[in-house]
Amino acid sequence: MVNIEINGIRIQAREGSMVIEAADEAGIVIPRFCYHRKLSIAANCRMCLVEVEKAPKPLPACATPVTEGMRVFTRSAKALEAQRATMEFLLINHPLDCPICDQGGECDLQDIAMGFGESESRYREPKRVVPDKNLGPLIATDMTRCIHCTRCVRFGREIAGVPELGATGRGEHTTIGTYVEKVVSSELSGNVIDLCPVGALTSKPYRYTGRPWENRSHPGVSPHDCLGSNLDVQTRRGRVMRVLPRDNEAVNECWLSDRDRFSYTALAHGERLHRPLIRQGDAWREVEWQTALEYAAEGLRRVRAAAGADGLGALISPSATVEEGYLAQRLLRGLGSGNVDFRLRRQDFAQEEADPRAPWLGCAIADLEDMDAVLLVGSHVRKDQPLAGLRLRRAALRGARVMFLNPAEFDFNFPVAEHLVAAPAAMVDELAAVAKALLEIEGTHPPEGLAARLENVEVHDRHLAVARHLHAAQQAHVIVGTQAFGQAEFSALRALANLVAHLAGAGFGYLPEGANAVGLSLAGALPRAAEPAGRHAGDMTGQGLRGVLLLGVEPEYDFADPAAARRMLDEADFVVALTAFATDEMKRWADVLLPVAAFAENEGTFVNVQNDWQGFAAAAEAPGEARPAWKVLRVLGNFLNLEGFDYMQVDEVREAARAFAGEVEVKAATAWAMPRWPAPGEALQRIGYLPLYHVDPLVRRAAPLQGTPDARADIAWLGEAAAAALGVADGARVAVRQGGAEVVMEARVDAAVPDRCVLVAAATPQAARLGPAWGPVEVSAVKEAVAS
Amino acid sequence: MMLHRHRGESKLHLIEEASRQEIDRWIAKYPADRRQAAVMAALRIVQDQNGGWLTTDLMDAVAEYLEMPPIEVYEVATFYSMYELEPVGRHKICVCTNISCMLCGSEEVVAHLEKRLGIRLGETTPDGRFTLKEVECLGACVEAPMFQIGNTYYGNLTPERIDEILDALD
Ligand code: SF4
Ligand code: FES
Ligand code: FES
Repeated sequence: MVNIEINGIRIQAREGSMVIEAADEAGIVIPRFCYHRKLSIAANCRMCLVEVEKAPKPLPACATPVTEGMRVFTRSAKALEAQRATMEFLLINHPLDCPICDQGGECDLQDIAMGFGESESRYREPKRVVPDKNLGPLIATDMTRCIHCTRCVRFGREIAGVPELGATGRGEHTTIGTYVEKVVSSELSGNVIDLCPVGALTSKPYRYTGRPWENRSHPGVSPHDCLGSNLDVQTRRGRVMRVLPRDNEAVNECWLSDRDRFSYTALAHGERLHRPLIRQGDAWREVEWQTALEYAAEGLRRVRAAAGADGLGALISPSATVEEGYLAQRLLRGLGSGNVDFRLRRQDFAQEEADPRAPWLGCAIADLEDMDAVLLVGSHVRKDQPLAGLRLRRAALRGARVMFLNPAEFDFNFPVAEHLVAAPAAMVDELAAVAKALLEIEGTHPPEGLAARLENVEVHDRHLAVARHLHAAQQAHVIVGTQAFGQAEFSALRALANLVAHLAGAGFGYLPEGANAVGLSLAGALPRAAEPAGRHAGDMTGQGLRGVLLLGVEPEYDFADPAAARRMLDEADFVVALTAFATDEMKRWADVLLPVAAFAENEGTFVNVQNDWQGFAAAAEAPGEARPAWKVLRVLGNFLNLEGFDYMQVDEVREAARAFAGEVEVKAATAWAMPRWPAPGEALQRIGYLPLYHVDPLVRRAAPLQGTPDARADIAWLGEAAAAALGVADGARVAVRQGGAEVVMEARVDAAVPDRCVLVAAATPQAARLGPAWGPVEVSAVKEAVAS
Repeated sequence: MMLHRHRGESKLHLIEEASRQEIDRWIAKYPADRRQAAVMAALRIVQDQNGGWLTTDLMDAVAEYLEMPPIEVYEVATFYSMYELEPVGRHKICVCTNISCMLCGSEEVVAHLEKRLGIRLGETTPDGRFTLKEVECLGACVEAPMFQIGNTYYGNLTPERIDEILDALD
């Protein structure tokens, strides 16, 4: 610690820290534009000039390290003069368009000019004008307002890992942009809106819709990934105007992914369901809640009477709240059925009993940064959980070995130490080879059943490298990622990943899909979580149900096998859907559509992968008659005369769910059990990648996100050999067939896709018409009709 | 959605063999993990190879060769005035108008050149012979006013001397 004095106040500052950091900690205000605690120091705006005793000239507080006995004056005549001069200089070329600038009211330049500038300008010459840049559908630009602090440039290079923004030109001709016009391809791009101290970079969807002082701020939690990023949901008259990050160093720091920031735009989507609907023959009738719930209860009772309790099942979104999951499972179990599940994309339940109590990460989210070696199996973490990707990126830049085993060579914005890429079925052998290498390093025997299998497994340098890195690391972790959960070989991959972690002395955990896989597991929304036990999602879909309760899902998008899901729903006698959106598809098979609150209109709890129970209250009003789903389930329980459905507040449900969960030991690793080994096949395999802007009904309807390059998923990606064998060229059209269904898509040829595979993403309008996301598929070239 | 390998075509072939050898000599002057340090030399070399100006493709090729993000090459190329981003004439006349030259009459130099060539600062003659460019201090204030053509400095300029110099060029 170093003793310094700022404005006469004695302060202890960390050695090597800058004056501005010491001042911030002591609550002493120093104006700044370019300095940001999460970015490198540029010291180019000069707004933070302060007087330092014995220094002949004012010094920039952001780039002046503290030294023992230093005396700093931030408000002395010399400091104020320097700050006033900087302000005048910065305003020379800044337009006076505050009345039409979205940043007005929350603009650092406006505020600092008020506090440190003059009230009148001496500048009479013309100001410069800079053409705006096209940064895509999320960020609006008014580059004339830019003050060249380069925060956005540094964010791109240092945090987001997309060095596409830069400062070109010199002096007065400096402009910020991409030089060669292109859309910034980051999943974190929206953060530059918060970083830009002026109105040069603002939110495009929010543009011209409000002023900050009209907005009310509500704490929220992200409903899209398992990190549970903390949100500041800003509303005006009950409507969500925009979503900003709420600082939480342990989760999202001060960042937010674009998905979390812009998905609110779907709340006003035209497909929102406003009133309960019931089917009457082929027509749909709007009814009162009372009628709808009676109708729903009556239907479920009828099915139970006719087909028995096992004919009933509940399939709920992995982003449903704890309260919703708890009430749904209680409702089903109250009716005598244990058929309840949220693992809708999973098709391999072979070792369901080896599932941990909940799919935790196995370490704190922030710990990812401090790992020395990490192996992720089936993960495009950068896109799956963008802010976990950011942590791993920091680790990788620090020199940690971040490694992957993936069904295709996904792109990453940090150095990947080893990228094992293999066709889905061959991924098991790749992982087994890593395990074999570790067994050799450790000099131990393989666990039960594995020895025979390992005989045919060849260990190559790449496997040895992964094994050595994990083994040698002080802090190592093995993670089963989002892209693995749907795979036909999930149980084998999971068992081997567990084994690899165990042999390497590494931690083990998961990064599952959805916002609440952990919470729903703990709340018992699983077929084996309580009595009676029931069937898992795969069996419910495959074997069929007579009465179905759906919560927050679109089965043709959100299930492992859309074709099977449709068949199941078409054949069911009675389907109740609690949904925020009503689609023609739902009207085909549903009998009752109950409108529920979405995202920020809802209240409840998500539990993230580090086991934080994060509750949130409703920030906005749900449209029309829509209600929070927990209330709907609670009243439905009353209509079914079930015991213990008398909750008045969401907190009471939460406490009940907590009590149900009991004392929880947070442990994701499980003991070895020999998995089923996949048989190598000759058939073309589909890689059912889950793209980030298609993961749930809300995101799929967020127009700004759908306009980004990341949203494009209507492409069939083929490896070079497969493309050659099929006679398909890059950009040609191909027919993709599964079962009886066929869709025509554009083909791209890419060496990143392994042999005998085609990557056709899941959860897209095309995929909704196909079969299992992961499994055999047929592809053929489409003969283009010759234009006449 | 993006996969790893789907990248644009390589542009390395745009750098001619002789240029590449010269760039390599510059790269060798810096530590092995600091190839980017050669960016200014590399840009000058490919600019010479291309008749005095840089295309975006050439800058991309330099970025690829030095393993740096293209934008960082654009930043350098747009910052320094000796890089040209548009075609220039056979002779690029860089007239200094900074303080010393201005005090010694650079305004007349510019006026004479503009009149004689029939173009304004920043333009190129229709026959592609001359480009006229305004630059900052070239460090030759002792001979102010001055300009630079190609790699040669010419000082103590007067209208007569300018005519002589230009008459001698092809
Ligand atoms: S656009 Fe904004 S953040 Fe970027 S350099 Fe300009 S003022 Fe700074
Ligand atoms: S904040 Fe210190 S120079 Fe910009
Ligand atoms: S001012 Fe012209 S050379 Fe220095």
